Amino acid sequence: MTYRWDFAPILDNWQALAFGAIGTVRLFLVCLVLGLSLGLLVALMRRSRHGVLRWLAIGFIELFRNTPVLVQILWFYFALPMLAPVEISPFGAAILGISLNSAAYSAEIYRAGIQSIEPGQWEAARAIGMTGLQVLRRIVLPQALRRVLPALTNRGIEIFKMTTLASVVAYVELLQQGKLVASLNFNPLEVYTVIGALFFLLLYPLVRATYALERRLARSDA
Amino acid sequence: MTAPLLRIEGLGKSFGDRAVFSGVDLEVARGDRIAIIGASGSGKSTLLRCINVLERADQGRVVLGGEPVGEEVRRGDRTETRYSEAALVRLRQRVGMVFQQFNLFPHMTVLGNVMEGLVTVKRMGRDAAARQALAELARVGLADKAEAYPAHLSGGQKQRVAIARALAMEPEVLLFDEPTSALDPALVGEVLDTIQALAGEGRTMLLVTHEIGFAYHMATRVLFLAEGGIYEQGTPDEVLKNPRRPLTQAFIAGHRRFSF
Repeated sequence: MTYRWDFAPILDNWQALAFGAIGTVRLFLVCLVLGLSLGLLVALMRRSRHGVLRWLAIGFIELFRNTPVLVQILWFYFALPMLAPVEISPFGAAILGISLNSAAYSAEIYRAGIQSIEPGQWEAARAIGMTGLQVLRRIVLPQALRRVLPALTNRGIEIFKMTTLASVVAYVELLQQGKLVASLNFNPLEVYTVIGALFFLLLYPLVRATYALERRLARSDA
Repeated sequence: MTAPLLRIEGLGKSFGDRAVFSGVDLEVARGDRIAIIGASGSGKSTLLRCINVLERADQGRVVLGGEPVGEEVRRGDRTETRYSEAALVRLRQRVGMVFQQFNLFPHMTVLGNVMEGLVTVKRMGRDAAARQALAELARVGLADKAEAYPAHLSGGQKQRVAIARALAMEPEVLLFDEPTSALDPALVGEVLDTIQALAGEGRTMLLVTHEIGFAYHMATRVLFLAEGGIYEQGTPDEVLKNPRRPLTQAFIAGHRRFSF
């Protein structure tokens, strides 16, 4: 089979794809920040002495981990406005679905990290008079975050790729724009190849940056 | 007569069904150096950890400088002690602790470890804290390691940093929980020298140890823990050289078996 690759229609539509790329990066950044910080909050709630907070955290984690993000996005976009007097944009629905899902996953990553810190670290910090919050902030979290950085990187990559799910509510991101270009020019092979390549080109430098961060944090090792 | 610096009244602690000790009374005056010895599981470490409330006693109370630690509340037919975070923070600034496993903060330099309490707890400026931390490190002979990370130190050096970290808070009482038990025998000496130097400054300390010889030279008083309490106590000569009760005699004899 001889297929003649033709990238000219894609170059002609570079603006549409650029819009898509901007949409993807924008959604990614919002969901990364919201998802990973909310995840830390949920992880801390899960360790709380107060039963209510603990159960809320567990309920949240199990609900959002055990339902598909795609369903969550559709639910926030189509179902939520039927229950409550809110209008929700595609961007908003995608943020809710992806961020909450990522918060549930990353909460468990943070929990694993915090639990992996030896009790002696808590004791030594408390023994010089630190409060529980100070121990967490100064002693436990810096060590725990370092240990879970590879797992959090995985989460970040996943968030980046989950942004494509926002195309289901017609949010303007790379895949959505790709679909548009492909349907107008009948060139799915070129378009989806380029979309895949664009994701790789955007993500890989970010991943390299986290490796550099890991190396920097490893300077206290023997 | 002045009030004792630290008083323990009727202290009791159980883990589940197993009572570790009960009804322990102890008075510690300023400048006392108390060695606590006994077999494994006799509650030596637990007693020490109840003093700075890393472990919560089930009965009794700890009185520091005339003030009871924690607040006693009646609940039905029994009293329980509640500790506010503020009370624990105050207590732990006055009572320092050195652990068997050092427990240095691995993500901070040696200087950072010693400064941490000064900056975070005492709210001291970083420059002043660094100066004081360096002075404490000089005291344990490790000023040249200030910029090193704990992972690059020997066990003995780690323990001396841990001692400097506790000293930096200027505690009135120092608790040592088997400070040399995790060390290579060749490194025990440097840590004992450091503790000996602190004893020479007239500091008040309680030391849980298996180093009977060191206890003999350093302590003003020795407690032997057995049968769920203080089984025998007295001067080092009384308890270690001429123990009167059978379990103490057997314990000391066991430790002497291979001396030469």
